[in-house]
Amino acid sequence: MSIPRKCKPSTSAKSVKAEVFSSSASLAEMEAIAKRLRRHIITMTGRAGSGHPGGSLSAVEILTALYFKVLRHKPQDPHWPDRDRFILSKGHAAPVLYATLAECGYFPLEELLTLRQMDSCLQGHTDCTVTPGVEMSAGALGQGLSFSIGVALAGRLNSKDYRTYVLLGDGECDEGQVWEAAMAAAHFKVDNLAAIVDNNGQQIDGWNRDVMSLDPFPAKWQAFGWQVIEVDGHSIPQLAQAFDKAKKVKGQPTLILAHTIKGKGVSFMENNPHFHGTAPDAEEVKRALKELE
Amino acid sequence: MAQEFYLRQAYGETLVELGGENPDIVVLDADLSRSTRTRLFADKFPERFFNCGIAEQNMVSIAAGLASSGKIPFASTFAVFVPGRCFDQIRMSIAQPRLNVKLVVGHGGISVGEDGTSHQSIEDLALIGSLPGFTVIVPADAIETAQAVRAAATHLGPCYIRLCRPKVPLVYEQSYRFKLGKAVTMRQGGDAAIIAIGLMVKAALEAAESLKRQGVDCRVLNMPTLKPIDEAAIIQAAAETGAIVTAEEHLEHGGLGSAVARVVARHKPVPMELVAIKDTYAKSGKPAELFERYGLTAKDIEQAVKSAIKRK
Repeated sequence: MSIPRKCKPSTSAKSVKAEVFSSSASLAEMEAIAKRLRRHIITMTGRAGSGHPGGSLSAVEILTALYFKVLRHKPQDPHWPDRDRFILSKGHAAPVLYATLAECGYFPLEELLTLRQMDSCLQGHTDCTVTPGVEMSAGALGQGLSFSIGVALAGRLNSKDYRTYVLLGDGECDEGQVWEAAMAAAHFKVDNLAAIVDNNGQQIDGWNRDVMSLDPFPAKWQAFGWQVIEVDGHSIPQLAQAFDKAKKVKGQPTLILAHTIKGKGVSFMENNPHFHGTAPDAEEVKRALKELE
Repeated sequence: MAQEFYLRQAYGETLVELGGENPDIVVLDADLSRSTRTRLFADKFPERFFNCGIAEQNMVSIAAGLASSGKIPFASTFAVFVPGRCFDQIRMSIAQPRLNVKLVVGHGGISVGEDGTSHQSIEDLALIGSLPGFTVIVPADAIETAQAVRAAATHLGPCYIRLCRPKVPLVYEQSYRFKLGKAVTMRQGGDAAIIAIGLMVKAALEAAESLKRQGVDCRVLNMPTLKPIDEAAIIQAAAETGAIVTAEEHLEHGGLGSAVARVVARHKPVPMELVAIKDTYAKSGKPAELFERYGLTAKDIEQAVKSAIKRK
């Protein structure tokens, strides 16, 4: 049977006891990490020759803030029962999650160059059966918020104090299931759940407003019973503050509407729907990496 | 006349027992808890019951999230909605990661009756049976239902249990022991084998009785676990009787007949007949009238056995 191999453990895993990931990174350090994540995204999708760089680049600061500041997690023990959960519902943004997990030490950085290849543990869309740290197999949009409600309810039933974070795409919110879940999360009062929408304004066929308007977007979430916080999705301090505020609300889930730019950080990819699902070619990789020096 | 019971009542009562035994059992429903009988669990364990409203896709994915965090979720509604309405959710949220979710659905088949086409699930076994790693069970009576639900609770991995709406006569004694993945020989015979599931087991036994009076000795197998199917029992039946008839309350595409035919074709080709619904939708009517119209009676099975034997 052909089963993709699992990622080999990070080299440090053998010697280092699984510990809670230190979240003492300074803002400058996190900004440097964000830049490295962008370089990884360009390099890995360029090498793979396919993939979704645009919606990965827009989510870089969101994942940086979460993994290097907010989440309580153990890269050497991905199934640690008390970990905070991060669920990537927009599974096509797998490159940004893989880059982040590798930077945290879930698996070696060299694995990133195997993205989308036969037998790679880094599948085209997230696959929780082969990649350490990936909580949910995604890629079929609209399912992650519902899944996260289940994870959050299990935490409540098990008297665990972990928090559940889920990242949705704005285009993903076209899916009806997202709104079934929005209704249910408020109904079940899952205040240990925070959803983030990577609001980059674009989907494959173009601007959301032309394909399927989401407006009035924040008002819709509020009407469904959510606390809504709007932030600049490329500002790590604003994101961190929003996550902090989300923790304090009782009896209500929180939606962080993160205003972002698709393809952020690479001039010719920004706001360019072409790079939703197309990898940069060799020349574009070179130009992009130069901009990200 | 054998006593008749609702399979869903057996399901609901078993859920209550399981809930008392294992705190990780949780139950979800989509606004049909009175019909599916998950209401019995909800009354006893309200904090472990989640009514998701009329939103089956959401229910299925929430169940997946619960399972990913160590819970054993049982999610219930009608078979037309799960898997019909949420095939992609079941595929990606449950089947691919092989999560420990139990989908126990009511109103399978055309025995739903008067509600008509929209509520008669005749494709569900094909849909769910196509998903890698899913265990698929179709109990034949209330005794088997209770035991199958228990077996699903202890089996690690995704399970689908299909129940039906009406009361069903018992075909088993209390002493019966359900074994996951095993066929049950209900009656020995060497001239042909009838392999049946669900409500059709009773009809198969009636057909065999009638054929016996005509000098034809039929083996009857109940195949409660449709997937993984008991290949050995099928091969043995084909080898020892030389003719196979399947009987199911489902389209002939992708159900029991297809599954048995795959085994027979590969290992022991013998004449086969499929008693199933033939590429059409059924309408409103009383279950007995519908079974008559769509060819699912004991008489139809009898006829199929004769055809199969003729082709030996």
